[in-house]
Amino acid sequence: MSTHAATAGTLAAPGARRTLSSVVLGRFVRHRPAVVSVVLIVLLGGGAVFAERLSPRDPVYIDMGHKFARPLTRGHLLGADELGRDVLSRLLHAGRVSLAVGLAAMAVTVLIGAVVGAVAGYRGGLVDTLLLRLTDAMLSFPPIFMLLALAAFVRPSLASMTVIIGVTSWMDVTRMVRSQILTLREREFVLGARALGAPASRILARHLFPNTVGIIAVAATLAVARAILLESYISFLGYGIQPPFASWGNMLNNAQSYFATAPWVAIFPGVMITVAVTSFNFLGDGLRDALDPRHARSRA
Amino acid sequence: MRAYLARRVVQALVVLVLVSLGGFTVLHLAPGGPVAIYAMSPTMSAEDMERLTRQLGLDQPLHVQYAKWAGGLVTANWGRSYRDGRVVLEVIADRIPATLVLMLSAFTVAVVLGLTTGIVSAVRQYSIFDHAMTLGAMVALSIPTFWLGLMGIYVFAELLRVLPPGNIGTIGAPFALADRLRHLLLPAATLGVVMVATWSRYTRASMLEVIGEDYIRTARAKGVSRGAIVLKHALKNALIPLVTLAGLQLPLVFSGALVTETVFTWPGMGRLFVDSIGYRDYPVLMGILLLTATLVVVGTLAADLVYAAIDPRVRHA
Repeated sequence: MSTHAATAGTLAAPGARRTLSSVVLGRFVRHRPAVVSVVLIVLLGGGAVFAERLSPRDPVYIDMGHKFARPLTRGHLLGADELGRDVLSRLLHAGRVSLAVGLAAMAVTVLIGAVVGAVAGYRGGLVDTLLLRLTDAMLSFPPIFMLLALAAFVRPSLASMTVIIGVTSWMDVTRMVRSQILTLREREFVLGARALGAPASRILARHLFPNTVGIIAVAATLAVARAILLESYISFLGYGIQPPFASWGNMLNNAQSYFATAPWVAIFPGVMITVAVTSFNFLGDGLRDALDPRHARSRA
Repeated sequence: MRAYLARRVVQALVVLVLVSLGGFTVLHLAPGGPVAIYAMSPTMSAEDMERLTRQLGLDQPLHVQYAKWAGGLVTANWGRSYRDGRVVLEVIADRIPATLVLMLSAFTVAVVLGLTTGIVSAVRQYSIFDHAMTLGAMVALSIPTFWLGLMGIYVFAELLRVLPPGNIGTIGAPFALADRLRHLLLPAATLGVVMVATWSRYTRASMLEVIGEDYIRTARAKGVSRGAIVLKHALKNALIPLVTLAGLQLPLVFSGALVTETVFTWPGMGRLFVDSIGYRDYPVLMGILLLTATLVVVGTLAADLVYAAIDPRVRHA
């Protein structure tokens, strides 16, 4: 993975580059849940990318003759829902929505978080104090409350969900990047660059940022997990992706009313969310252990 | 200690002002607005709409509206609900007991289970139990709460028919403690799962750190029994950092409560929030946002102060 190589490169002397990255990779491979998670993520991602070809039916095709068809009957591997739509086809297409929102929201989260954290950490003083209080204020709102308040007032779309989740999730990244920059700022190579007259922008871009790639990679992975989970909450509550288009969250909208007749409609989407979120969380865990052996030792 | 206290209180106040400003601005800049729901009504003319906007003070500049509203906060006048004209504080206060009961029960479940599993995990590090708990905690943190609630309803209310599927008590029946407890069990367990994983993980990490300390080795060398070491020497000190967890978890717990209340039709604050969004009921929404954020700020502050009082090292850090 490129993140390993990048981090390893910044830490190691040029000659030791290959060895260190292979050490990091070796540590990652030893984290078994993380390896399993990579496999699961590849499978989920593949299902989403090739949803069109893998789906046995059109995910929005209504067929009342097949209403509540049981799993493994009439060509429905995972059954059909209240409108006779194929659950498997809907799950595959919903995976597109959930993973796309997860990845895109992660990008927004990391972008805002890294910039705010870097500015606060590097500038210090009043700027730092103000940004820190802003971060605290944002963290005081229970996430779902803030998300719903925002989501209810905009027309729901992939883009709006992405932005809303991004602007309410950047605070953890900010804190991690800020504290990393704070410790790096006082190191000799930064002092050296400053003494040579390098402008702040160059010091940030060339000397500080590359050294935060590791923690950003970890934070990004955890941000994907969080975004997928949050998207499912908003969609479940009816303010996210709108029917007939499927997201794992909105497939559970009315599931409760059909428990007696069709429990599969409620079971499968939840399993997908849980598998996806758990996988990204474990991946982040494995990355953290691989990139920071001290953490692995104290944790494991 | 006094300087630390003063600094933390000032910080908290700044955060609260930012919180109220942020929430107010976002809700008021949002398109639609509280009059929009009447736009579809055939009995409302354009003049009526205009008059309503004026009456609600929505035609004034935003900072004037904020100043008026913030002034009201101090005098315990949080405005009236757009939906039914009731006083906001009353509307919210009606819902607080249900939310409080739910959160406290879930909290108790989480602390008891979390501490127990965390201690066993730390004492038997790398055992099968420990590995299972690590996996279980990660899954518990990743399961969507609403789906967990749905599955609980499916298994215990639909399949086994041993517990009611929702509500705070049997509708129409007089108050009975046993009935209330039966209704509380599923929602509290659902919300408890959200918290128990974090408690278990923190307890384990904290215990492992303490067990590695020199004074534990000394106690062992003196021949103190294993149980006494774990419970008297290690646990006592391991609990100190956990004090902050109750405060830190509040935002997550509020979010979990909102979702749990929605799934179980539990008449608490979270469901009030969801309902109020449908009505664009700004005063109630702002009231709840402000109240939860204030509780989070106060909770974090209290946790930090208690921590500093127990562990003097923190104050000087």
